[in-house]
Amino acid sequence: MTLEQLGRLSNYSVASATAVLALAFVAYAAQWAFARNSMVRPEPVKVPVGADGAAAEPETDRSYAAGGIGFSLTALAEVILLVGVVTRGLAAERVPWGNMYEFSCIAIAFALAVYLLLVRLWDIDWVGVLVTIFATIVLGSSMLFVYVPPGPLVPALDSYWLVIHVLGAITAGAAFLVGAAASVLYLIKDRAERNTPEDQRTGFLWRMPASASIDQVAYRVHAFAFPIWTFAALIAGPIWAQAAWGRYWGWDAKEVWAFITWVFYAAYLHARATAGWRGKAAAILALVAFGTFVFNYVGVNLFVGGLHSYAK
Amino acid sequence: MKRERQAAASELSPREFLRWMWRQLTSMRTALSLLLLLAIVAVPGSLVPQRGVDSRAVEAYLTDHPKVGPVMDALGLFSVYTSPWFSGVYLLLMVSLIGCILPRSLVYLKALRARPPKAPRNLLRFPASRELVTSSSPHDVMEAARRALGRARVDVVDTDGVSELSAEKGYLREAGNLLFHVSIVIVLVGVAATALLGYRGAAIVVEGDRFSNVLTQYDEFGSGALFDREKLPPFSFRLDNFSATYQVDGPQRGAPLSFEATGTASDGVDGQERPFSIRVNHPMKVGGASVFLVGQGYAPVIKVTNPDGQVVFDEPVPFLPTDPTYTSNGVIKVAEAEPEQLGFQGFFLPTFAIGEDGATRSTFPAPYAPIIGLFVWHGDLGIDDGLPQSVYVLSKTGMTQYMDPDDPEEGYEVSLEPGESQRLPDGHTIEFVELKQFARFQIAATPGIQIPLIGIVAGLLGLVGSLSVRPRRTWVRARREGERTVVHVAVLDRVPRVDLPADLDDFVRRLQDRLAPLDEGETP
Repeated sequence: MTLEQLGRLSNYSVASATAVLALAFVAYAAQWAFARNSMVRPEPVKVPVGADGAAAEPETDRSYAAGGIGFSLTALAEVILLVGVVTRGLAAERVPWGNMYEFSCIAIAFALAVYLLLVRLWDIDWVGVLVTIFATIVLGSSMLFVYVPPGPLVPALDSYWLVIHVLGAITAGAAFLVGAAASVLYLIKDRAERNTPEDQRTGFLWRMPASASIDQVAYRVHAFAFPIWTFAALIAGPIWAQAAWGRYWGWDAKEVWAFITWVFYAAYLHARATAGWRGKAAAILALVAFGTFVFNYVGVNLFVGGLHSYAK
Repeated sequence: MKRERQAAASELSPREFLRWMWRQLTSMRTALSLLLLLAIVAVPGSLVPQRGVDSRAVEAYLTDHPKVGPVMDALGLFSVYTSPWFSGVYLLLMVSLIGCILPRSLVYLKALRARPPKAPRNLLRFPASRELVTSSSPHDVMEAARRALGRARVDVVDTDGVSELSAEKGYLREAGNLLFHVSIVIVLVGVAATALLGYRGAAIVVEGDRFSNVLTQYDEFGSGALFDREKLPPFSFRLDNFSATYQVDGPQRGAPLSFEATGTASDGVDGQERPFSIRVNHPMKVGGASVFLVGQGYAPVIKVTNPDGQVVFDEPVPFLPTDPTYTSNGVIKVAEAEPEQLGFQGFFLPTFAIGEDGATRSTFPAPYAPIIGLFVWHGDLGIDDGLPQSVYVLSKTGMTQYMDPDDPEEGYEVSLEPGESQRLPDGHTIEFVELKQFARFQIAATPGIQIPLIGIVAGLLGLVGSLSVRPRRTWVRARREGERTVVHVAVLDRVPRVDLPADLDDFVRRLQDRLAPLDEGETP
């Protein structure tokens, strides 16, 4: 296959993956919609390792089927997207993360991988609806707004730190996305638990684990991501910056926002151990932190500029 | 009641007040608020141009915003990260951190030597607790529990028919926690040290020119308060060749592929010359400093001859690139021209093409069809009155522009390709002799850079420890009642978790595996 053909195959794959992801989102949305009137006891907590995953109730309905379809479609999208990422790398003859379009593709591939893995481990398919819609939007808009044809790396990126620094940031970002989705659902469930009388508890929300379990999922994902983010943004980044620009930290816009993201996630982890901040306030901090992460990616790349702006 | 409290408040002695302030500052809640405040005060620095990052952008911003600009300047918004309010927040945070770390370290040291706390009287009152019965003796229960616990600090008390076990594990969590917080202080100290002891500057060097490490050779220079500017380590290097390659076809046409600067360098006052090659991401180390390639551009060699045939100007003039195709802007100041000084301002294009609209533009970054286009001013350049002036800006206050004789509305234009020359209205001749390239180097020495690196790596280790280690207390009490032994088990986590019951189940299972079963089995 020629490089042009590989490039085209990559484009088709990414586009198809986006379409399949959109369908996965529809399936996950149906998972919620079909359970609208059902009255179900909360599923047993499956978060801890070793707890028995009690089989779903026999009255398993269309909601469960839709959830299964959503999971399968997400897995399919991941496979197609990986084909897109790999062929992109082959077409450009380098690692496939050298500009914003490629960052988006591989970041979503990682996010879906983290999500699929955690569904297997902890049965968290209830965050699927948020993860798939977010991934669809990111992939779709990166094809529309920041697409560039495959090509060589700009000299500044031609370093093995590109592998370490960028992969670290992407891995952390993928986990941050799943963590943020869990935090959103925690806030919704926590509110519902306090405001909904026992006899009105119908719908998918009550099939999800109790808010405390969701909170723990969110915490664990964040606790996994935070050290990786620390490594990517505050160790690998400065080492590379020192080699490339002669200063390890220069308050470039990207650096400032990476630091702000770090501080907010540190505050989140701190808040979970501080009286009066536990629970709702901590979850909101995690979402603000994710907001700063997304702003750093979208806002700083496209509107603020700075040394990292070759990312587009 | 209310009055009493007021009275109590007013009776706080200065010492008590200080104590109260210290308590407030070192509380977890304050530390958290300061952390958030630090993130918030860092924001403006990313949205407003910063002197330390791009001083030219700050000047441009001040020119564009004559009203708001000075106010923002007074507030320190153009140098956020050295402003009093930013420093204030991070110093407070540091004091708060130290105030947190010291007492907690003492508590931790004590806890390290302490034995696990004794079993509370009623273990079944804990949310995660269980009762089971066995035919094994209390002593055997203790042994089994000890083995089921694995690595933990265990105390066993055996008194007539009742055995009690207290265990605690996960001491490393707090160690990791403390290490993480100490390392933040190390990083802050290290950052301050590198900033105080180091220097950093940038210089443009044209092919064929030599750079010596003295202050006057720098275009920009900054150094820490503890660095003596007179003691720049002596070294020099000569840029022989600068080469750049670009993608010549395909959709990414014009994208840069590689930049390389080669030449010879010598360490010390009269050290041996050795060849060097500097590429992006691959700096040269010389004289305790590192030399980085951070930019490049074109420097047309310009010669100006006066009407008598004497050369009044002959040197390469760097034109600063403004876009990826190297459309570059530059200024030529001919101070030796008489009777009036001459000033030129214009552009350089490496590969020019004339578009459909008649405008000349650059189409490729490599010099396939280079051209310079200049407007000409005559008068007083204003460089003799002693005020420092940028070499890239033409001060036009004392100068008049030559206008096109055919169209007085339009400026008189000089347009030259290499080797061409043009006679100016005042009889001078300007020639574009040849094209050279320049490289922009960043020269930096960062002594003490290991301190923040060690600090942050230690911090990461501490972080992983504090996030992954689970401190847990376990109590087991076994009482002999006739033929059977009643065992109470309770576990308590220092960090609340939802899966504690599952862990208790797991522990009880491991314990039961090691005990002799009772015929009736386990009581609920």
